[in-house]
Amino acid sequence: MPDNADNAGQPGIPHIEFRDVVKKFGDNTVLNDLNFTVAKGERVTLIGPSGSGKTTILRLVMTLEELTGGYVFVGGDPLQYEDRGGKRQRVPDKVRRRTTTQIGMVFQHFNLFPNMSVLENIIEAPLHVMGLSKAEAIPKAEALLEKVGMADKRDFNPSQLSGGQQQRVAIARALAMDPEVLLLDEVTSALDPELVGEVLTVLKDIAEETDISMLIVTHEMQFARDVSDRVMMFDEGRIVEEGAPEKIFSSPESQRTQDFLRAVL
Amino acid sequence: MNPSWWDWNHAATVFPLLLQGFKITLLATVLGTLIAVVLGLVVAIIRRIAPTIIRNPVTWVVEFIRMTPLVVQLVFANLVLSPYIESTLAIGIWVLGIHYTTYMAEVYRAGIDSVAKGQWEAATALSLPVARTWRAVVIPQAIRNTLPALGNYAISMFKETPFFVVIYIPEMVRVAQTYGGDTFRYTESITLAGLIFLVASYPTSLLIRRLEKKLA
Repeated sequence: MPDNADNAGQPGIPHIEFRDVVKKFGDNTVLNDLNFTVAKGERVTLIGPSGSGKTTILRLVMTLEELTGGYVFVGGDPLQYEDRGGKRQRVPDKVRRRTTTQIGMVFQHFNLFPNMSVLENIIEAPLHVMGLSKAEAIPKAEALLEKVGMADKRDFNPSQLSGGQQQRVAIARALAMDPEVLLLDEVTSALDPELVGEVLTVLKDIAEETDISMLIVTHEMQFARDVSDRVMMFDEGRIVEEGAPEKIFSSPESQRTQDFLRAVL
Repeated sequence: MNPSWWDWNHAATVFPLLLQGFKITLLATVLGTLIAVVLGLVVAIIRRIAPTIIRNPVTWVVEFIRMTPLVVQLVFANLVLSPYIESTLAIGIWVLGIHYTTYMAEVYRAGIDSVAKGQWEAATALSLPVARTWRAVVIPQAIRNTLPALGNYAISMFKETPFFVVIYIPEMVRVAQTYGGDTFRYTESITLAGLIFLVASYPTSLLIRRLEKKLA
């Protein structure tokens, strides 16, 4: 078990587990021997200066970056590498994909498919990954569009939508896969200030109505305070401090956290 | 009054013959383009994802074809293949198509590279299988970016069909030369052949330019 397993805010089974994780880009070590867990249904926000490795953590969970060392587990399944007979072995792509179907991700730059309509974006994975029929996938997509307030835009192209609208579609697209883990990577950072609210409102509703585990990287401290069960402060690839949002934001212990919060709040 | 170098009677006689030859020119262009469009995509994908053991030989062949003239390839292929393939036209079309395959592969490569990294990442995030990612996400976006270049290569292929003359395929320019040889009247036939090329390719190039603007 990771050494921080008895920290506050994570009772129950680990839903996401980082074990001895090392990530290097060339000679640059971004994460060095990182251990932490996220419990089922827990919402964890990663804060810290840029370059501290927060986004890399999300990208490792989504298998967008290759692990240099160590293991990541989701729902107990090894994601990229597994220990087989004492040897660290790469998990085959097919098995990886089976595990990643439990994980959804929303990106800073939305990354909607421009060659598909809003509806097609949302039903793409349900049709071709989950194997739903159109008759099943379309009503489900429409319900999700309703939820994110985009029902009237189902036949639009992404390029016809504002940033906030595109991001709400991207959220619906991620939810269409019924993820158990949702990764939110600076989802409002590319938006005009007046569009941030509509996206955060949608996410807060989802956080309230579901028990999806969430790993969040954001600069919106109020949002972090509202939705998180736990906040982890990162610096130079290490967890500097972690705890309940009230504690981290109101009375941080570490000098590094105090400095960081003073700079951003 | 007629100048001595131009005779309308000859022009009128050769014109329908030229149109017969033009049919072969068109056929070669259409089929050659089709070959280049399909094989070019296959080559581009192989060069992108296949293991080195397959990728390297494909790269060598592609470089070899690009670095040798079409005329030499036509003569060579005709010498080597004529015992096995009866139709010289078929040989010519395949040589032309494969020659342009190597150029189209480069166009596709650029098109594939132009697909944003975030698109691949979104596909991974949705756990789309690799084949589906290519078919539904990458190729449609890559092809959109390659349409103008594809059109330009089709025109340039069209204009290179006269090289078929070296393996005696009766396309338009060969017809023009034969007529000239038989009657000693080259000017009318060659001029008209050139005009037919111009009339066909100029509007096409305008269309492509419009397409370019629309996609930009």
